[in-house]
Amino acid sequence: MTIGSLIDTPSELTDSTSSKSAIVLMTRIRLARNLAGQPFPGWAKPAQRDKILEACRAAVTSTSAMKRGLAVGVSDLGELEKRILVERHLISRELSGSKQGSGVVISKDQAFSVMINEEDHLRIQMLRAGFQLKKAWAAINEMDSALEGSLDFAFSPVLGYLTACPTNLGTGMRASAMMHLPALVISNQMEKVVRAVNQLGMVVRGLFGEGSDASGSIFQISNQTTLGESEEEILKRLSGVLQSIIEHELNARARLLEADSGKLFDKIGRAYGILQNGHVLSSNEAMNLLSLIRLGVDLGVFPDAKRSITDRLFIEAQPGHLQHAQKGEFEAGQRDLLRAERLRSEFANFSRPDFTLSANGQN
Amino acid sequence: MSNPLKCDLCSKPATVHLTQILDNKVHKVDLCEECAQEKGVTDPSGFSLADLLLKASLNSDASGGVRCEQCGFMPSDFKKQGRFGCPACYDAFKGILDPMLEGMHKGTVHSGKVPQRALERKSLYDKLTRLEVDLTEAIKAERYEEAARCRDEINQVRQAVEQKPAR
Repeated sequence: MTIGSLIDTPSELTDSTSSKSAIVLMTRIRLARNLAGQPFPGWAKPAQRDKILEACRAAVTSTSAMKRGLAVGVSDLGELEKRILVERHLISRELSGSKQGSGVVISKDQAFSVMINEEDHLRIQMLRAGFQLKKAWAAINEMDSALEGSLDFAFSPVLGYLTACPTNLGTGMRASAMMHLPALVISNQMEKVVRAVNQLGMVVRGLFGEGSDASGSIFQISNQTTLGESEEEILKRLSGVLQSIIEHELNARARLLEADSGKLFDKIGRAYGILQNGHVLSSNEAMNLLSLIRLGVDLGVFPDAKRSITDRLFIEAQPGHLQHAQKGEFEAGQRDLLRAERLRSEFANFSRPDFTLSANGQN
Repeated sequence: MSNPLKCDLCSKPATVHLTQILDNKVHKVDLCEECAQEKGVTDPSGFSLADLLLKASLNSDASGGVRCEQCGFMPSDFKKQGRFGCPACYDAFKGILDPMLEGMHKGTVHSGKVPQRALERKSLYDKLTRLEVDLTEAIKAERYEEAARCRDEINQVRQAVEQKPAR
């Protein structure tokens, strides 16, 4: 598979048939692994990095999950290609910024990606649309065991898998869910949720991880600690926290409808109007408008089938995807015009909002 | 769902809802803003704790002049990079690491997946090395019966190793 054909294939996250879950958009698990006896990527010399890259790439590409996948060095990727992979959550910003001796292997269905020589020798990642912690764990566990057949991982019986940063020791696992929480944002409860979640040993980040903002009311919730608990225990705890966030979001939606449905419908109706008629849209504004449309779908204002369109546009409205679709590189100002044009055409035939349905808004 | 929850402590409307899972039991607490503040529930320091601990223990110059023999990494490099040099650093800097791990994670001992196949492979290799040493010594001391036994065992282990290809 080439990078071009990968980009032209819809990602796991934009697959319309899998967008069933209303609040959890996507589940992701990553495992950090390192080769025994080798310096970590940040400390390795260029020649060592190249050797490690080769050894890891050979092992990863020979697994059955990576059959007919894409294996590519970061230095062989163009800026736009890297940006698209970041927007699809297939590589990290850190990897996209690294130069010599790092690479990525991505499975044909874009569910698996393995970054090589990012912070650790291997960052194995599994993405699933919807709330799928168990399935994602089963799949990535199998992948990890397959790699173990040909690679000697740095492991200590006391500290578990040894990682470049001690914050990943033990299981080396970070499991996260990307959640759409518009009602908690509208009712200003997000700050409290973040604090409560932090108290429970979980972290809340924006759509694109550390330091990114929460445009589109999309948040990533993941485990903070990796040592002292088994993978199953961590996943169970995370799952409990996610369930309770879902409940709070649903409560917040019910309360918004009860207290001031006019105001909420006004927001959704205006979002619809702007997406259908706007001419300049920044990616942040577009995300926030799409978020309101998605909330509308959840409440029954728009038909259920439209949710997959908003989920696809969440990714396609990002700068990398937008420029790829327009076959060129554009400045931010031009991009805002192009984005609005794209969204106008997507929304030209989008069903009109029906605010009478909202009473049966269920989830 | 439609009844607003009341604070568990003072029965004002609750705005902070804390769910804690301890030993597989779900504990739910609903608090009003004032009570939450008073009880420190809203303290946002939760998640930068790990970083803070890391930096604090590095600044307390307990590190001295230790250096990782395997990769040459020094504690001062950690300050710059925030990451270790190689897996062996975890042994070399055990003294600095142990206190910081306590606050960083749920526990200090791993209790999850173990790379079973890799460990078996490693133990086979270790056994092989040991047997080879024994063999040389036995030959040197002219203990031929023992040497023959070692040689047989080495052959057995070699066969086992071949079934578990390694690098």
